Amino acid sequence: MMKKTLNRKIVISIFICLAFFYLIIIFLWGMFMNPAKYGVNYADKLVGPCKEHLFGTDAMGRDMFNRCIKGLSNSLVIGLVASVFSSVVALIFGIASAVLGGVTDKVIKLAVDLCMGLPHLVLLILISCMLGKGSLGITFSVALTHWPSLTRIVRQEVLQLRSSQYVKAAARMGKSPFTIAVTHMLPHVIPAYLIGLVLLFPHAIMHEASITFLGFGLSKEVPAIGVILSESMNYITTGKWWLAVFPGIMLLIVVILFDLIGETLKKLWNPESGNE
Amino acid sequence: MKENILKIEDLVVAFSMYKSGTFKKEKLEVIHSLSLDVDAGEIVAVVGSSGSGKSILASAVLNLLPGNAVTGGKITYKGKEITKERQKELFGKEIAFIPQSVDYLDPLMKVGKQVQGVFGTDERRKELFSKYRLEEDTKNKYPFQLSGGMARRVLITGAVMGKPDLIIADEPTPGLDLEMAKETLDHLRSFADNGAAVLLITHDIDLALNVADRVAVFYAGTIVEVAPKSDFLAGKDALRHPYSKAFIDALPQNGFKPIPGSQPYAGSLPKGCLFLDRCPYKDDACTAEQAEREIRSGKVRCAHAS
Amino acid sequence: MLLEANNITFRYTEKSPLILRDVSINVAEGDRIGIVGPSGYGKSTLAKILAGYEKPTSGTVTLDGAPLPMKSFCPVQMIYQHPELAVNSRWKMAKTLNECWHPDDFFLEKMGIEKEWLKRWPSELSGGELQRFCIARALAPETKFLICDEISTMLDVITQAQVWNILLDTAKERNMGMVIITHNLALAKRVCTKIVKAQEL
Repeated sequence: MMKKTLNRKIVISIFICLAFFYLIIIFLWGMFMNPAKYGVNYADKLVGPCKEHLFGTDAMGRDMFNRCIKGLSNSLVIGLVASVFSSVVALIFGIASAVLGGVTDKVIKLAVDLCMGLPHLVLLILISCMLGKGSLGITFSVALTHWPSLTRIVRQEVLQLRSSQYVKAAARMGKSPFTIAVTHMLPHVIPAYLIGLVLLFPHAIMHEASITFLGFGLSKEVPAIGVILSESMNYITTGKWWLAVFPGIMLLIVVILFDLIGETLKKLWNPESGNE
Repeated sequence: MKENILKIEDLVVAFSMYKSGTFKKEKLEVIHSLSLDVDAGEIVAVVGSSGSGKSILASAVLNLLPGNAVTGGKITYKGKEITKERQKELFGKEIAFIPQSVDYLDPLMKVGKQVQGVFGTDERRKELFSKYRLEEDTKNKYPFQLSGGMARRVLITGAVMGKPDLIIADEPTPGLDLEMAKETLDHLRSFADNGAAVLLITHDIDLALNVADRVAVFYAGTIVEVAPKSDFLAGKDALRHPYSKAFIDALPQNGFKPIPGSQPYAGSLPKGCLFLDRCPYKDDACTAEQAEREIRSGKVRCAHAS
Repeated sequence: MLLEANNITFRYTEKSPLILRDVSINVAEGDRIGIVGPSGYGKSTLAKILAGYEKPTSGTVTLDGAPLPMKSFCPVQMIYQHPELAVNSRWKMAKTLNECWHPDDFFLEKMGIEKEWLKRWPSELSGGELQRFCIARALAPETKFLICDEISTMLDVITQAQVWNILLDTAKERNMGMVIITHNLALAKRVCTKIVKAQEL
């Protein structure tokens, strides 16, 4: 039993590093990709997966592999911007709600409940349409809808800290609320916040892909997983399976990786399960 | 000779933990070759400071240890080892556990149903409720609606539902006022008088001396001395182990004189006698592991005890 | 200096029952007043009010006639029953110890705090060791009164005797006033100059 669990932590750490490495490679590869690589080439229309085109090509002869990488890379950028924005909002709201209390707390709690009460997708589509779709619309809509759950976590954490004996004792030792917040509370809030941030990522990417798929997000010319998938729907009945399968799997892998990274970090950081 | 109910022989419990900030796992031995037996009709109190690992003893007997624990030694109940198959038919029936607080109850389940469990009957519950002065409508309450004293009586009711032969009580009294604590102990006493064996785990020596027949002194993860209550009441000269003597000396009603030092941490135990660093009588004989010896109807792990 | 609590009444909310009713207590320098009794009589609540952690529903707590300072260091400090809850689990012990003053090596030796402990995390120390840190932290030079709420209940009797011997020495040396809350009458008889029963508050 000892032997089996001996290196769990090392295995997990290596896994997290590899996952991050994979995601960073996709991100950089897509960022600096020559647009000609996923450009139109009518000579190679609807080619199945082969050596030159790993994931095949579409009706306009675009290489699906390169388009996928570029699309995922775009998704990652949008996901990153949206989650960072969301998490900063959550951090500010969560702390304000717990520290100020009273009316502020009530208003923020109401906003959280409102956001969580509405169907996510409807809200996303509404905001995206309002801002004229495109990358701006989608980034904002994802950013503006993903803060509530993290706000709750931060608020809960801060409330608990505020009633802890060492925080109260620090106040009786004449420490200012600001000093207490920075020195006592931040070290506890940061891990919960970072995990929340990582776990926001897959959500953001999924939602970006789904509203793009539905046609309320990125425009047709932009290489994006959502666009690729919605286009592939037209060909899937004619047996061009590679148009949907490979991009779908790629999206799934990215989302699952982020989710796994977040969940394992959570386990490692939690002293209760850290030793298992 | 009375029937032996619980026998713990050379119990070892270790946790495999990560060294802080590194990837190395280390084995932290928290209980080392601990032996103890409890006979029918007696209360044995295990006394030790909080955080010294004595609750782990209860978890080990009840097989409640977390997944990263490794155990050694032998625990027998009525002469037969407690195996995985046997524990299913024993726990909750013949072996009962009285936990520290109502936190151990399901907060969303009515008390009556929880107390009755899967083995109990309604008649038995009624009988016990009236015995422990619980109103019949208590069964429809949820744990949070109980007062401290009621909660304690509910926990006891749940434990004795199956007429157990062995009761393990882990710190059953903190948070109770003197009267309620005394009442709880009286209940334990009456179990024992009716032939059950009681293992009482506590940090309160006064309490242990009030109710127990024998007292086991827990130090740094093992039991250094087991002695009849009368020896503790007689004072330090009647005791065997230097730690027990120091213990008695430090009580506020006695000398209130502490010896220096503190209990060694599980990761940095001295070789040989666990009390080595603080003992006034140490010599070469103490650097070897201390085997348990029987002296004057008590047991002790000290080469110099007499 | 004189710490006075005058006609203290306390309840958590308007609907909840009274926890303290019209309690008055005076503590002068050098006094060690023990409040002994079972739980449920508001002993801990009184301790929190005396140290300024809770505001009484009515009544006042004054130090030489003036209210307790709320923004600066309070000369009335409190030590808790559970030392592991009273220190920040993400701070190393040295940081906790030096939070409001910097005890010198001589003081640490007197408190029985080993230098090596300063580099550890709270989870790597026992309750008795942590309680020494909490006591050292509260014994700043400006501290004139110390409220001890069941501070040795969770410790073994040897550690209890160690901690109290240190505390009594310091209290006598500095002529501090103390309020000692405990359920252990034998302990109160040992350490207090005067004993009040919680039921008679």
